[in-house]
Amino acid sequence: MNGPVSRHPGDARAEILERLRAALADRPPVPDVPRAYRRAPEHGVDVVALFASQVADYRATVHRTDPGGVARVISDVLEARGARRVVVPAGMPDAWLRDARVERLTDDPPLASATLDGADAVVTGCALAIAETGTIVLDGGPGQGRRALSLVPDVHLCVVEAGRIVGTVPEAIAALRPVRPLTWISGPSATSDIELNRVEGVHGPRTLHVVIVEETPGA
Amino acid sequence: MRVALFVACYNDLLYPQVGRAVVRLLRRLGQPVEFPPGQTCCGQMHFNTGYREACVPLVQGFVRVFAGYDAVVTPSSSCASMVRHYHATVAREAADAGTDPSLPARVAEVAPRVYELSEFLVDVLGVTDVGARFPHTVAFHPTCHSRRLLGVGDRPERLLAAVDGLTLVDMPHAETCCGFGGTFAVKNADTSVAMGLDKVADVLASGAEVLTASDTSCLMHIGGLLSRRGAPVRVMHMAEILAGPEDGG
Amino acid sequence: MTAPDRELQPLAPQPLAPPEPGARGRAGRPFEPIPTYAGTPPFPRAARAALADTRLRANLQRATATIRAKRARAVAERDDWEALRLAGAAIKNEVLHDLPALLVQLERAVTDAGGTVHWARDAAEANAIVTRIVREHGATEVVKVKSMATEEIELNEALAEAGIAAWETDLAELIVQLGHDLPSHILVPAIHRNRAEIREIFRREMALAGRPAPDDLSDEPRELAEAARLHLREKFLRARVAVSGANFAIAETGTIAVVESEGNGRMCLTLPEVLITVMGIEKLLPRWQDLEVFLQLLPRSATAERMNPYTSMWTGVTPGDGPQAFHLVLLDNGRSDVLSDPVGRQALRCIRCSACLNVCPVYERVGGRAYGSVYPGPIGAILTPQLRGIVRHPVDAQTASLPYASSLCGACFEVCPVRIDIPGVLVHLRAQVVRQHPMGPHVPEPDELVLGVASWVMERPRRLSIAERAAGLAGRVVARRGGRIGALRGPWPVSAWFGERDLPAPARESFRAWWRRVGRGGAGSTPSGQERSRQGRAPEDAP
Ligand code: SF4
Repeated sequence: MNGPVSRHPGDARAEILERLRAALADRPPVPDVPRAYRRAPEHGVDVVALFASQVADYRATVHRTDPGGVARVISDVLEARGARRVVVPAGMPDAWLRDARVERLTDDPPLASATLDGADAVVTGCALAIAETGTIVLDGGPGQGRRALSLVPDVHLCVVEAGRIVGTVPEAIAALRPVRPLTWISGPSATSDIELNRVEGVHGPRTLHVVIVEETPGA
Repeated sequence: MRVALFVACYNDLLYPQVGRAVVRLLRRLGQPVEFPPGQTCCGQMHFNTGYREACVPLVQGFVRVFAGYDAVVTPSSSCASMVRHYHATVAREAADAGTDPSLPARVAEVAPRVYELSEFLVDVLGVTDVGARFPHTVAFHPTCHSRRLLGVGDRPERLLAAVDGLTLVDMPHAETCCGFGGTFAVKNADTSVAMGLDKVADVLASGAEVLTASDTSCLMHIGGLLSRRGAPVRVMHMAEILAGPEDGG
Repeated sequence: MTAPDRELQPLAPQPLAPPEPGARGRAGRPFEPIPTYAGTPPFPRAARAALADTRLRANLQRATATIRAKRARAVAERDDWEALRLAGAAIKNEVLHDLPALLVQLERAVTDAGGTVHWARDAAEANAIVTRIVREHGATEVVKVKSMATEEIELNEALAEAGIAAWETDLAELIVQLGHDLPSHILVPAIHRNRAEIREIFRREMALAGRPAPDDLSDEPRELAEAARLHLREKFLRARVAVSGANFAIAETGTIAVVESEGNGRMCLTLPEVLITVMGIEKLLPRWQDLEVFLQLLPRSATAERMNPYTSMWTGVTPGDGPQAFHLVLLDNGRSDVLSDPVGRQALRCIRCSACLNVCPVYERVGGRAYGSVYPGPIGAILTPQLRGIVRHPVDAQTASLPYASSLCGACFEVCPVRIDIPGVLVHLRAQVVRQHPMGPHVPEPDELVLGVASWVMERPRRLSIAERAAGLAGRVVARRGGRIGALRGPWPVSAWFGERDLPAPARESFRAWWRRVGRGGAGSTPSGQERSRQGRAPEDAP
């Protein structure tokens, strides 16, 4: 498929656009897009419960608590993981880390990649979460930080307030604005490259804890 | 209702018993059937191998011979799919080339009235129990063209399940292609045989005495492999089972 | 018509053979020589060699069976799957039919967001652009996210020529690169390798490319993944330039999306200072909203997941977050030719999910390398000949053999998330192959002869009737007892059929002859006693 070396170094852009216009000489119609697929969750679905079960299905650990319990859950998880050096993005509510006895690494001035690599864990919030697919979406907003923060440490603890959970992918797309870099996370890093069997844990955080916060936590 | 039989060229020559079975079955169901002698081949082998111009006279012949019938029934789902899906393509190209401007219209008249046998029985005649008896274990091979191109669904299985004494057994990987594929069987003979041998293993694993399908072509391939290996499984077209033995017994 | 099966070309040098000792890892070039698909024989010959490799077949069969079952379950979860497919196909048709305007729109949006857009007519131009950017930043190595476009243009080879090491970071690509191997699957390029082989490759090769594999490495997938994590981490942390492909680019916003599982993509897209994305011009989506369709279609079709672990989306450059220089290379390299064929252009809807490979009974048995292209399987059989210009000029025998590398079973269309009618395009391309080698004054090829005679016969029922009688006679001469023709020697296609298969002898009395004799008479008609006894032991009866 190595085409001939360009005949003249001239204007590749003009030539490609010209080729494409010539290729469409038959003027095929630009179709209307039928969007008969589902946009909202199925009727009567509890999106918080669905989100919790889908996240768990991808071998993330799910914790459900009320606003008063967040700090306790976070400190318990960090302690259980033996995490000492924990990355804390700007804008995270102080209350979340109230109970954690860890060294906090803040990103101001920006942490070197090597420092991030030496961190034990990162705690973030999220922009929103999607119930049907068990996905959390980070957009670099408050409490989330730049993308490297939630990537390099081996443990990622993500706090999801119930009000941020939407039902479906179309609902998420409608709520997000792509001017910010977005990271969609569905479970811990995984690969299916060895005999097409899923194995958790390659380059991204190998452990993902999702803390769901709601006024009246479900089971 | 005037019904014509399109027997398909390879059945005509190699498997005349399949054509006779369709005639016997339809007559038993009270449906007279005619065999227009002008018929030859639907052109599928040429079309699928890339010889499109060679298809034009075959398509012209097909619409000439079968025009005026209310239904055309064929024991080959592969040929039925050629007629229903690709005769229009051949016709459009012939019209575009100026060879035969009215061919698309003639094809549009005839092609929709072509039915594979199970479609004709279930949809047109409205029967699933054809009153046959066949006391054997049978595996059904849902051929790719019947299932994917034609969309016959479970009509063949429903017809077979209604046969008295017949035990329909499950076959592993039933939906997988047997590897016949028309000229693929000879142009890519090694791959075709490899696929066929896996199918043979599945047929044997099913424990069936008889393997059946709605296409003799696939059965010719699978049967040829079974026969070379001396395997104790008979292959029969579905029509032969539904029609019962030739002497009427 | 070419008859690729009879080409007398030698088999390609086995790409699996280890390279000459000392040929690897010198002068900053990671691996040398890098194998290519050049020299792959026409499909039937390449397939024959692959079929003989029993380990390859076992690996492929296990892997494809696993993913097929999983995909079916993932798709069954969605009651609106068909609606998603219809939307996906329509959106991609919109892209193709309005491509020039959408590309210009994308260019403007990316530029406005701080990125730089480059246009490449062909592979050489794209490679030159990437090489220049890497050099401008003074880098001698790049980390790579798996990308079909860069494989298609053989970017790694071009960079190696320029003294730049390109490190593949996707686990399967790493296995292929360390194994001096060729990819054999779009999504899982090392699908032909089992865990024991992967362990051997890691133990032998990792030390030559960087951090060695642990001494006690077992063949547990978890340990193999851990070894890759450790091996690549130092490369991620020090790399200054990354090269990626793109799954989707949004014309409206200039946003690029990369869908992945392992996190190697996030590493490459986030840590280096410079990011170069090479994408085929058909990878566009018109609107941001359209992602809602494709982020549902792709993961379920590709890895059979509700959602893949990681998807990264970025728009130009974000101050303080990720690469501060972003280059987007828009690649034609034959795509405008594909677009010019009203039937064949639907191949450009492809989102490289691999579902068609995983269900293909031919692919499952011969593997990806037999297709002689970075695009294997059903999509490769329709895309490769078109990218190689079949619409404009005759193609070589290997390329011409690809549209025939299918039994036309239709399983690919059934799973394709953008509803590409692969069997329809295959037969369309076969017609192109035939047209480029028309029946003419040249010596006809065997299949041309056979089909030529067949169509002459079929044009007139009378000729058919005579031919049937002749065949009936001839067939019974060679038939064994029981009415079967067994092993027969002869020219193709006789040899091809009878190598492993019997055939019933042509009937003593064709259906046509029976009908003329008794058929129209009524229900009681039966063949002669002699004929009936032959039928009693139907030709396909077992002995
Ligand atoms: S052709 Fe369809 S099924 Fe095959 S890789 Fe492309 S999108 Fe997937």
